[in-house]
Amino acid sequence: MLADKDRIFTNIYGFESAGLKAAQARGVWSGTKEIMAKGQDWIIEEVKKSDLRGRGGAGFPTGMKWSFMPKESKDGRPNYLVINADESEPGTCKDRDIIRHEPHRLIEGALLASYAMRAHACYIYIRGEFMREAEALQNAIEEAYEAKLVGKNACGSGWDFDIYVHRGAGAYICGEETALLNSLEGKKGQPRNKPPFPAGAGLYACPTTVNNVETIAVVPEITKRGASWFASFGREKNRGTKLFCISGHVNTPCNVEEAMSVPLKEIIEKHGGGVRGGWDNLLAVIPGGSSTRLLPKSICDDVLMDFDALREQNSGLGTAAIIVMDKSTDIVYAIARLARFYWHESCGQCTPCREGTGWMYRIMQRMVRGEARLDEIDMLLDIGHQIEGHSICAHGDASAWPIQGLINHFRPELERRINEYRKKLVA
Amino acid sequence: MPKLTIDGIEVTVEPGTSIIQAAEQVGIEIPRFCYHDKLSVPANCRMCLVEVEKSPKPMASCALPCGDGMVVHTQSPKAKQARKNIMEMLLINHPLDCPICDQGGECDLQDQAVAYGYDRSRYEEEKRAVTNKNLGPLVKTVMTRCIQCTRCVRFGEEIAGVTELGVIGRGEHLEIGTYVEQMVTSELSGNLIDVCPVGALTSKPYAFTARPWELRKTPGIDVLDAVGSNIRIDARGGEIMRVLPRLHEDVNEEWISDKTRFAVDGLKNNRLDKCYVRRNGKLEAATWDEAFAAIKAETKKRTFGAIVGDLADCESIIALKDLMKELGAANLECRSDMAQIDPKHPAGYLFNTTIAGIEKADAILLVGTNPRTEAALVNARIRKTWLAKHIKIGVIGQKIDLNYPYQYLGAGPDTLAELSEGKGAFAAVLKNARNPMIILGAGALRRADGGAIQALARKVAETFNMVKDGWNGYNMLHTQAARVGALMLGFVEGDEASWSKVDALYLLGADEMAVENIKPDCFVVYQGHHGDKAAHRADVILPGAAYTEKSATYVNMEGRVQNGLQAVFPPGDAKEDWQIVAGLAAALGHKLPYKTLPQVRARLAKENAAFAHVDEIQPAKWTPFGKAGKCESKPFGTTVENFYMTDPVSRASKTMQACTDAFVKAQEEKAVAHA
Repeated sequence: MLADKDRIFTNIYGFESAGLKAAQARGVWSGTKEIMAKGQDWIIEEVKKSDLRGRGGAGFPTGMKWSFMPKESKDGRPNYLVINADESEPGTCKDRDIIRHEPHRLIEGALLASYAMRAHACYIYIRGEFMREAEALQNAIEEAYEAKLVGKNACGSGWDFDIYVHRGAGAYICGEETALLNSLEGKKGQPRNKPPFPAGAGLYACPTTVNNVETIAVVPEITKRGASWFASFGREKNRGTKLFCISGHVNTPCNVEEAMSVPLKEIIEKHGGGVRGGWDNLLAVIPGGSSTRLLPKSICDDVLMDFDALREQNSGLGTAAIIVMDKSTDIVYAIARLARFYWHESCGQCTPCREGTGWMYRIMQRMVRGEARLDEIDMLLDIGHQIEGHSICAHGDASAWPIQGLINHFRPELERRINEYRKKLVA
Repeated sequence: MPKLTIDGIEVTVEPGTSIIQAAEQVGIEIPRFCYHDKLSVPANCRMCLVEVEKSPKPMASCALPCGDGMVVHTQSPKAKQARKNIMEMLLINHPLDCPICDQGGECDLQDQAVAYGYDRSRYEEEKRAVTNKNLGPLVKTVMTRCIQCTRCVRFGEEIAGVTELGVIGRGEHLEIGTYVEQMVTSELSGNLIDVCPVGALTSKPYAFTARPWELRKTPGIDVLDAVGSNIRIDARGGEIMRVLPRLHEDVNEEWISDKTRFAVDGLKNNRLDKCYVRRNGKLEAATWDEAFAAIKAETKKRTFGAIVGDLADCESIIALKDLMKELGAANLECRSDMAQIDPKHPAGYLFNTTIAGIEKADAILLVGTNPRTEAALVNARIRKTWLAKHIKIGVIGQKIDLNYPYQYLGAGPDTLAELSEGKGAFAAVLKNARNPMIILGAGALRRADGGAIQALARKVAETFNMVKDGWNGYNMLHTQAARVGALMLGFVEGDEASWSKVDALYLLGADEMAVENIKPDCFVVYQGHHGDKAAHRADVILPGAAYTEKSATYVNMEGRVQNGLQAVFPPGDAKEDWQIVAGLAAALGHKLPYKTLPQVRARLAKENAAFAHVDEIQPAKWTPFGKAGKCESKPFGTTVENFYMTDPVSRASKTMQACTDAFVKAQEEKAVAHA
């Protein structure tokens, strides 16, 4: 279990004030100028050494991502940092707590990251529904401006840095980085084709890095305590601490910071208060937000919570949103509900996702009642493969995965329902 | 220069070329719906997926730039399967109403479903239905058929410059619409029908009239403006069913204006299909012999003058010129709208930069012209150039909506005069431009001081060094298809004194002239195809052929000589025009030295060598043109009042009447209501 002294988000539960003074008492904004004095490349190097991987779901190494940004502008285009606070993945609720209770960690991280990537401006794209969170963040930014921590000559470092909050309009797809950039530019929130990647042509066609809130918020601690400290947690290539969101059929649902590679069972038992009705009452867990494939209990018993371990189990760490389902769950209905979510949130731009999500959702609706044929199970799996990897963005993949997880692990349940429905029909 | 391999064929391409373009270069077809080579690339249909080695996922070939050493497979099992899958997805919400769909037989979706899809669908759920939109009298919508490729939206935004169409909603509910119900007010809206790969946008006037395989397709040249758009005339039997654009990168690319496309129903109404002779003040039907005899009776006592109208072909113009020579008539005129164009110097009346050349310009000055209504495709080219390079555009004349932003400089010749001295708001822009252009509307010369205005425009061109090696930035924009050809054939002769003696007129389709000014005792012969204004004044009417009914030569505003082929026969007794003139000459006892079309064309080339070079531009020598003199301050007016009705054909067209009601009148009423 992670020791209290190693926690980054010491006020994630909001027991103390989120204000600047309280934050400074917790160590935020201390020595920022000195860190900046160590140089831009030093920060990038340190983040690289820490093995920090993006906390938004894809898990791309952050330091490497930062190093793609041009070191100097050859054509006068500025660099931008964009922070993705459009946390919309069902089950995920960590970024909103960072913004509510630890906004200054985010702002300090934004300054350091922007400085490292030679960006003078940072945009925080916050989900439209986060009304109070946006207010809290704006308040914190104003506090920081007043204290001259950001703005002209931020922290007395000589670096000019401006930070803006932009509220979204409540579309899940706007959490996809290129759709987010479109939305930020005032266009329709539809993902762009890649290449070009944002590091080449992102916001307003300028080099841009889009990072998750948590990724940016842990940067100050990494630079202050050192990469080796951060890298001392977790397994090889899955380093650091991580906020886990535990929800569903547990006794005490919560957000909790833990070391990477913590066993799933341990985190549920210790922080989630255990599965409702005991571990044996567990049916399945969705380990990384709604889009990752679910894990049946047999895998949950000993799987580790990190990128690679979950990848081996054909699932993913995603946003580390653990959705626990006990045996009272109608698992087919649960996945059908997710299929509906992805159908509803598809931007409709490209064919496979626009047409396929609706097709899968409709079949899933029938599967709940068992009103289907046995061969439609394989067809459903096939449709998922038809969508996966053929769409512009990962929404297509995300819509197919939950259903694939269901069929892979709960095919007997699907078959049972179909057969029962048949029997009823005959009788 | 990246070098890559596509299906085992090595190809070296320009940097920035996409895989789909590279494949086209080596003759490999990759199916597509959303990709259109004149529009931006959204890569949303995913039909063009190909397998690229070292890439885990199939890639959209339209959006992927070629990289050095890439190995691409378009026919591998993986690529084929990906396309099959996309095809199945596209069809699940597409209605299978091909038997009642006007796109049937020329539908991309139909063709590609056969070539790349499954032969059956696994989709058993309910299909989506979408409400149809009212886009006006030209474009019919069946939105349930839409596959959301967004070509129409991009055409509107990028080519036509109207943002009325957009994508509304998301996911399965994504649809193309106008948000607030309104019509698409563009002169190019008909092209939406062509860009739509399915039957969602089809032609309203053509609806349910013919199948593509019943149509005989003839390449023609449009005459309803002076662009010389290349068209394809589709006819069934003796009836023209529709007109479509034909690709000509230097003229109309692959677009045509709505008038070009939809005015053809005017060819069925109000036609002259017999000869008429005025007897006792009334026009009575007559035979060719009677009509020729009636003319012969007058030739002895009268002095003839000839006026060429706007739609005449070059063959009939030269024949008429030769006939007039034989009759000893020295009064010829092709500027029936009284525009004071200097007929002696081709550089003065040609669109010297050429239409494709506009794309090289970096500053454009528009003088007394509204290209949007006078030559919609020239306007589209200017917009294309503006969109690509954000060039500076200045306007002298009326304040108009051109679909791109411009700097308004002034209303009349005063501003032009100021500019000709290197002064004024736009002078710095023109001075700093590498390839500056001036476009002078021919309609702006329809005034007593027209010659002086033309000279002033020349002075502007010279002041800003617009004419130099490899670049001629001086242009005149015409609205009449026959004008440049007639000027090149020297169909301007006679002065005021000699014209005052004229008491017999031969009008070759001259309908846009001031007929009411013809003296009451003047003997008028009208040769043309529509019973329009001038035919009513005529004493003898000779029924001619419209542009779809004869193989004829036209010269567009650039001086480009183009030939169109005959698609159908003229109605009734009507004949090809040059043959009428030759027949009349024979009846009058004069023999014109040609009997066949090739012989007439040889005669054309003898009159002006440019006619020997079909579809080529002969750069005109820069010689001083225009007339010295003072210009009045009177502001420039409009040349084309109503885009949809400019000539006998479009005036007889019901579709153009509907457009006038829907677009022009509705707008006028709105303006009145506002006032």
